Amino acid sequence: MALTKNIRCLDAVALISSYLDGGLGWRERRRLEHHLAGCPACTAYLDQLRVTVASTSTLTPEDVPSDVLDGLLDVFEKFHRDQD
Amino acid sequence: MDDAALLQRVVAGDASAFRELVVRYHPTLVKVARYYVGSAATAEDVAQDTWIAVMKGAASFEGRSSFKTWLLRILVNRARKTGTREHRQIPTDPVDPRQAQRFDERGMWREAPAPFTDVIDGRLSSAPLLAAVRAAISELPEPQQAVVTLRDVEGLSTEEVADLLDLSVANVRVILHRGRSKVRDAVESTVRGGE
Ligand SMILES: [Zn+2]
Repeated sequence: MALTKNIRCLDAVALISSYLDGGLGWRERRRLEHHLAGCPACTAYLDQLRVTVASTSTLTPEDVPSDVLDGLLDVFEKFHRDQD
Repeated sequence: MDDAALLQRVVAGDASAFRELVVRYHPTLVKVARYYVGSAATAEDVAQDTWIAVMKGAASFEGRSSFKTWLLRILVNRARKTGTREHRQIPTDPVDPRQAQRFDERGMWREAPAPFTDVIDGRLSSAPLLAAVRAAISELPEPQQAVVTLRDVEGLSTEEVADLLDLSVANVRVILHRGRSKVRDAVESTVRGGE
């Protein structure tokens, strides 16, 4: 595997976020996959980051303060009243 | 109901449809505005002004982009005009100095991480876990908070985030890496605390 230079865990971890997004060039992707194949620790880190991103994507919006919501709805009703 | 259908109702004067859009996106607008402006109060003002612009401009939405992209574009344009914050240095080094401490001088893990999947499988959306993720995101410094929110919470592509925030794709990737790794830390604390 002379073409695939081995990278350190420190460097592998820096690539994992972009790897999840499909954002690595082929050379980097190859290097990372080569490293992951022989490194359970970085493979575990990949799993951790994947779970983290999946959890983040399930977040529902925080509550909007009721005074903000009421204020915007007042403006909305007034705007449409004036249109008529 | 999807965003486009709600917007059509907004055009017709349906207040409950407008309310639903505000509930969906207001927190994200405030977070993204915070990237440009100096205070939380100003970010809130910019987000509210954006809704007024949306209500007045709803009829002119042509559907060439998604509602979400259109909305965020209005917000960013307003926030930029308002923004007085000096932009901090955008990190370009993919190796996070905070993270580097977890490795020895040969770049090997000092303590090997363990997979989350075994521990929290089936609890992926458990309340304490999501609360930890939410708290971790709200503590991220800018631009990490805006980038993680747009990419991972709202599901925009990396390219869309870069375009919206006027950053390079490479910068977005580095910022995302740093932000996600902090959120990961928070998940790990929750997982360990729950064992
Ligand atoms: Zn490794």
